[in-house]
Amino acid sequence: MKRVYVNEKWCLGCHLCEYYCAFANSGKSDMVKALKDHKIAPRIKIEERDTISFAVSCRHCEEPLCVKGCISGALRIWQGAVHINSDQCVGCGTCILCCPYGALSRTEQGAVQKCELCQKNEFGQPLCVQGCPNKAIVYEER
Amino acid sequence: MAIDFLYPQYEVVRNLDRCITCRACERQCANEAHRYDADFGCMVSDESRCVNCHRCVSLCPTRALKIVKTDHTFKENANWTGKAISEVYRQAGSGGVLLSSMGNPEPLPIYWDKILINASQVTNPPIDPLREPMETRTFLGKKPGRIARDAEGNLINNLSPQLQLNVPILFSAMSYGSISYNAHASLARAAAALGTYYNTGEGGLHQDFYPYGDHTIVQVASGRFGVFQKYLEAGAAIEIKMGQGAKPGIGGHLPGMKVGPDISKTRMIPEGTDAISPAPHHDIYSIEDLRQLVFSLKEATAYKKPVIVKIAAVHNVAAIASGIARSGADIIAIDGFRGGTGAAPTRIRDYVGIPIELALAAVDQRLRDEGIRDQVSVVIGGSVRNAADLLKAIALGADAVYIATAALLALGCHLCRTCQTGRCNWGIATQRPELVKRLNPEIGCTRLVHLVTAWDHELKEMMGGMGINSIEALRGNRLMLRGIGLTQKELDILGIRHAGE
Amino acid sequence: MLQKEGQVRIPSGCAISGIFQRDGSRIDGSHIISSIAAMHDRSNGLGGGFAGYGIYPEYKDFYAFHIFYDHQTARDTCEAFLKSHFDIVSLSKIPVRRHPRITDEPMIWRYFLAPRHAKLESSQLDEREFTARCVIRVNDQFDGAYIFSSGKNMGVFKASGFPEDVGEYYRLEEYSAYSWTAHGRYPTNTPGWWGGAHPFALLDTTVVHNGEISSYDANRRFIEMFGYHCNLLTDTEVITYIIDYLNRRVGLTLEEIAHVIAAPFWSTIEGKPEKERETFTYLRNAFSSLCITGPFSVLVGFEGGLMALNDRLKLRSMVVGEKGKRVYIASEECAIRVIAPSLDRVWSPRGGEPVLVGLEEGGKQNGH
Repeated sequence: MKRVYVNEKWCLGCHLCEYYCAFANSGKSDMVKALKDHKIAPRIKIEERDTISFAVSCRHCEEPLCVKGCISGALRIWQGAVHINSDQCVGCGTCILCCPYGALSRTEQGAVQKCELCQKNEFGQPLCVQGCPNKAIVYEER
Repeated sequence: MAIDFLYPQYEVVRNLDRCITCRACERQCANEAHRYDADFGCMVSDESRCVNCHRCVSLCPTRALKIVKTDHTFKENANWTGKAISEVYRQAGSGGVLLSSMGNPEPLPIYWDKILINASQVTNPPIDPLREPMETRTFLGKKPGRIARDAEGNLINNLSPQLQLNVPILFSAMSYGSISYNAHASLARAAAALGTYYNTGEGGLHQDFYPYGDHTIVQVASGRFGVFQKYLEAGAAIEIKMGQGAKPGIGGHLPGMKVGPDISKTRMIPEGTDAISPAPHHDIYSIEDLRQLVFSLKEATAYKKPVIVKIAAVHNVAAIASGIARSGADIIAIDGFRGGTGAAPTRIRDYVGIPIELALAAVDQRLRDEGIRDQVSVVIGGSVRNAADLLKAIALGADAVYIATAALLALGCHLCRTCQTGRCNWGIATQRPELVKRLNPEIGCTRLVHLVTAWDHELKEMMGGMGINSIEALRGNRLMLRGIGLTQKELDILGIRHAGE
Repeated sequence: MLQKEGQVRIPSGCAISGIFQRDGSRIDGSHIISSIAAMHDRSNGLGGGFAGYGIYPEYKDFYAFHIFYDHQTARDTCEAFLKSHFDIVSLSKIPVRRHPRITDEPMIWRYFLAPRHAKLESSQLDEREFTARCVIRVNDQFDGAYIFSSGKNMGVFKASGFPEDVGEYYRLEEYSAYSWTAHGRYPTNTPGWWGGAHPFALLDTTVVHNGEISSYDANRRFIEMFGYHCNLLTDTEVITYIIDYLNRRVGLTLEEIAHVIAAPFWSTIEGKPEKERETFTYLRNAFSSLCITGPFSVLVGFEGGLMALNDRLKLRSMVVGEKGKRVYIASEECAIRVIAPSLDRVWSPRGGEPVLVGLEEGGKQNGH
């Protein structure tokens, strides 16, 4: 299955992936409309210290601990990727505790959000990958 | 001092309605032209730091940025232009030589643009490159001009070492030091993928790139940086750099701040020392000395590799080329006055040397007049900007062209001409690791391959149009060219007729 | 004012025809005239010509120069030059027949001559090179004089006009040759200069050519390095010099020359067995500037043989027919059928594939 992979060697720490992610999942058609004067809460995040940086998002594990830990059945695997049904999510935060990568986070509405490979939004392909200027994030079969 | 203040040439224009304060511009500007102002809650910029490299413009996700030429002006003066005045201020303030980089930006004639190309009509059919073979493979090196046969009468291969080029384009010399590791990696990989060659420049060959040796031309310049037995043996050909189009008469200069551990090792000089190439080769004060170096290098490599002699296009270039052709060199490379550089004194870059179009025409004709054109191949550079320039160069008489500026543009260079600062935001002309990593060789290689392939396609289209299906039939085929708006003298030198003739 | 050949490059389309008798027996000129006449529409009356081999058996050891003179002064200067370099054993006007459509004729003279021993000795050249240089010198430097034929036991006859008229004008039915080539010209400009007609000749090499080569200037500028002067600016001239250079000066065989001037594509070369691949690659690389591209079909006549060759893409028609010991080659099959209605074999050679015919052993012994 194609997944998002991150290559720390080429990550410039420009944080553009975060903005493309926030835009992709905003439901808006224009990045300015989506993000102007908003504090973004992206599903991919840059981890950085000194000269090292890299992006972190859901690994879509084959045996995801988050799915195992989900008490409401909101998290499940669909077409190989881990998806969340926010209507079903009760916001208990178990998944956030379970995930060894810190790939899940809470939304303002209280439910949990995570990378769904842009499969559910209008882009269909991860926008962080398209927006990365240096191919530090790639979407490929490995 | 107030007197030294010069209003910035370019202004950063930010459309605040579009800016989402992602701060990518701030993070990506090594010159620190952008910053977030917490009090205003928005991005602000300092145009005095801007070099107009477009890194921020290119990466801005909402297209909120543009760079414009300032309308700040001195009192209009056709003689004392703003540029002329500013340069005086700068020199009065610093007492130094003005430095610039990349090629000559002055509005001097570009002969390529005054040459038009022929096409077939009626008497001779154009050839369709999509349906018929169209060949741009070429070989560089001395041709024997006579044959030899074995006892059975079969032809014996009596050719000297040749370079096979699948496209008539090579990547010109740019040293590791003047450009980054990743830029070299991109060039090396692209040369191998394209079936052509890149050139180490005078900075030696990084050990990681020895595997690309079959597609590498190793350069020997007056500073002899990084030259040793293994280096000479690693390349497919050896180039002696006598001169460079951007700065004829002077040598390269790599400031010590760029000489880090890797470059120190590759160049074989102590870390942090300036790498200053002497103006001449101190073992070459005349043509007979050049012949000795040519043969020293051939001896050192068992006569297995062609030797290229690279010179800048200067006034008596034809006579010099004739001397080189008789020096044992297999290939002459000529670099025109628009050729690029990582750093050169501005006056030299802009006013020393001559246009490559005239130099090439003169050299090719001179070698033919002397009956020795076949003893050397001629490669030209400085500057070939597109496939039409390439075609015109070959029709004027070149065997192949060197490209460097165009290659750097493919890698992301925006010709801001501030290489000498070492803060290249595109990761090309810099040695700072955080900047170097901005050039991912995977992307770089692909873009170089795309560029050369695209030019090759265009070359084939134009060749087909003129009914030529092999590059050798285009070489020196000046009848395929016509001048437009040129004087008779210019036409005579170029060896072409005027359009309509 | 219209410029004549040599002042301007004139592209032209054409018809070619050739007859070769393998056993060396000789055929009179009427056949080749009939053949080329069948392709009347491929010419436009601005040039026609013939070459015949074996036509001067009585003078076979002497160079036969055919010369056009525009005026008497040209003849005087040229003859003075010839006398100082050659022993002239015979000189005469070439016999012609008045013809209503052949006009503006120059003086046409024929000389049988041999290089003067002392001159040849002091030049340190071989006899053929000496003679070739003299021919090139006259054509390059002597205003109003033009040597259009210079081989031994062969001759070129050409004029401005339709080829069949030219043949009648020169009374070709009175000559017999084992090899004939003919040419009808369709130039796209109208200088009507006699020297511009084909065949083009240097020593015993003659070329008739149909096509317009797009590599012309690349080839010309290269071949001129070796002492040739392409004064006529025609394709045929440059092709002749290339063949002369590669054959006589470099020492390549005609088949090897075909692989230089109509070099196989790299893709074709790569598919060949190793030995051939090496040879083809060598020839193409070593003599790359002599590769000819653009449409052409040529007939190269030389002592004892004839070669037909098409460009690499076969952009010009050319057909070969065989009947017994006789080989016919022409732009169109009709030009063969008109003189040989039933043939043993007819075929169209592929682009770049030379067709070489030569005299059989017996033919050579016949003294040609």
